Amino acid sequence: MKTKTEAVIVSQKQIQDGICDLVLSVPVIAEQAVPGQFVNVFLNDPSKLLPRPISLCGTDAEEGTIRLAYRVSGEGTGTEELSRMREGERVSVMGPLGNGFPLEEAAGRHVCLIGGGIGIPPMLETARVLHSSVGVSGRKGDGEYLTAPTEITSVLGFRDRTFLVPEFEAYGKVLIATEDGSTGTKGNVLDAIRGDGTEPGVIFACGPLPMLRALKAFAAAHHIPCWISMEERMACGIGACLACVCRTTETDPHSHVKNARVCADGPVFEAGKLDL
Amino acid sequence: MSYDERLKVNIAGLELKNPVMTASGTFGSGQEYSALTDLNKLGAVVTKGVASVPWEGNPTPRIAEVYGGMLNAVGLQNPGVEVFCRRDLPFLKQFDTKVIVNVCGHTEEEYTEVVRRLADEPVDALEINISCPNVKEGGIAFGTVPEVAERITRACRDAAKQPVIMKLSPNVTSISDMAKAVEAGGADAVSLINTITGMKIDVARRKFVLANRTGGMSGPAIHPIAVRMVYEAAHAVKIPVIGMGGISSTDDALEFMLAGASAVSVGTANFYHPTITQEIADGMSAYLDRYHIGKITDLIGAVDS
Repeated sequence: MKTKTEAVIVSQKQIQDGICDLVLSVPVIAEQAVPGQFVNVFLNDPSKLLPRPISLCGTDAEEGTIRLAYRVSGEGTGTEELSRMREGERVSVMGPLGNGFPLEEAAGRHVCLIGGGIGIPPMLETARVLHSSVGVSGRKGDGEYLTAPTEITSVLGFRDRTFLVPEFEAYGKVLIATEDGSTGTKGNVLDAIRGDGTEPGVIFACGPLPMLRALKAFAAAHHIPCWISMEERMACGIGACLACVCRTTETDPHSHVKNARVCADGPVFEAGKLDL
Repeated sequence: MSYDERLKVNIAGLELKNPVMTASGTFGSGQEYSALTDLNKLGAVVTKGVASVPWEGNPTPRIAEVYGGMLNAVGLQNPGVEVFCRRDLPFLKQFDTKVIVNVCGHTEEEYTEVVRRLADEPVDALEINISCPNVKEGGIAFGTVPEVAERITRACRDAAKQPVIMKLSPNVTSISDMAKAVEAGGADAVSLINTITGMKIDVARRKFVLANRTGGMSGPAIHPIAVRMVYEAAHAVKIPVIGMGGISSTDDALEFMLAGASAVSVGTANFYHPTITQEIADGMSAYLDRYHIGKITDLIGAVDS
């Protein structure tokens, strides 16, 4: 059940120019959250009324903490205000919000976790949770089946400077693409996949719209199941205001048109069901 | 469950347990907020606008944060009255609160079609939205020309079995004239204000922030404008006035009542303070205690006395 509550800042540091790594103590959210979900962060500045939706980069149910890696979107912005907050300070958060990635779809498959830019952090939590179950099997009907992926490959696309890469390496193979070629493949995440010859069995992705469009086409051409996490300007974060919709190919469940709510029906959608 | 009897108000024969309602479009049809706040504590839930058929709404981006508030150009995306009656209304009826359905349309016939469809449904009142700034046909055109507003009010009144509340736009020269026009058309109450048309430009990209270019401004910054308009409307008509616009505290709500409103709606504040509605109802009880006032209705229009 989603809750709005006060979180205490455990730590905050800058991990790359303009990218902050924030750990919050908020057990009620840490215990429930699944990879691909997000939280709304409320600022203390009354001129910045709307919450900032930020995806979960990590959770630690035992410690009762969640981790958010977010981009400071500019001078005087809400995220800049958040970036100045320090250990011990309090901030209101609401979550967990949204649906998350369908982890069961990775069972028995080679899962490719693809992140671009500030879409990378939620893929780290996805990698961590999937990795914790690699090789685990269960029984269903007449036989044993895998409940987890056979292999995890993370494909990370950056403009130039990288972040979070060593942490992804703990969970499997990592392919890197940079626009300037300073690390890994010069180009985008698809260039890195093609360059490596990786054959994904299933794709989970988060990143800028052009990347998601390209992945949707790639997945369709190769008949790879693909789920992508969408981003849109949000107000309420819980499906009431209908601000953050995205175009769908079929009638959406809420409004019975072709505009699904990113916050409540998503943010993760099956790529083929979106009209990008 | 017991309630503070002192907070009861009556709008056109409809008794509310307290004057606090939700503003249309900010609270869905109650379902989304029911996990975060107790709908039983509300005087009424006013639903998101409901049309005769599903509406797609506008392209994104649909919202922009601005100083002291926000702009929205959602464009009344909604599933239409059939889905509303089948799915949303039964959900709302589980709670001990009144249900007021906001009705939208492009034409007089579309409004009256919804009004007729709801006539025998368990709906306590209708709020007719003739003031949405984000819908090109209908909507705001009905809400800015007094003669047109009077005509649509009469058509809705004739088709309705429930009290009809006309929701007015602030984007007019004289709010008093608009209030008088809908009163002449037979409205049982008026509610105001809807959002104030605004625009935001992304200077770095030299583009409109909203896909629709313009959007309706809401939030605390519009509150004084809304209080003034509610005061003017309350002095222009005899029918009850429901005040809204930028309420984010009990005092904000009480300003509307002192200006002449019989009830209030809380909108944008739900987005950043999901329990605000029930807190305002509790705050009203505390206000009555503090100032030794017998009942909330004693405050209606009391700024004059």
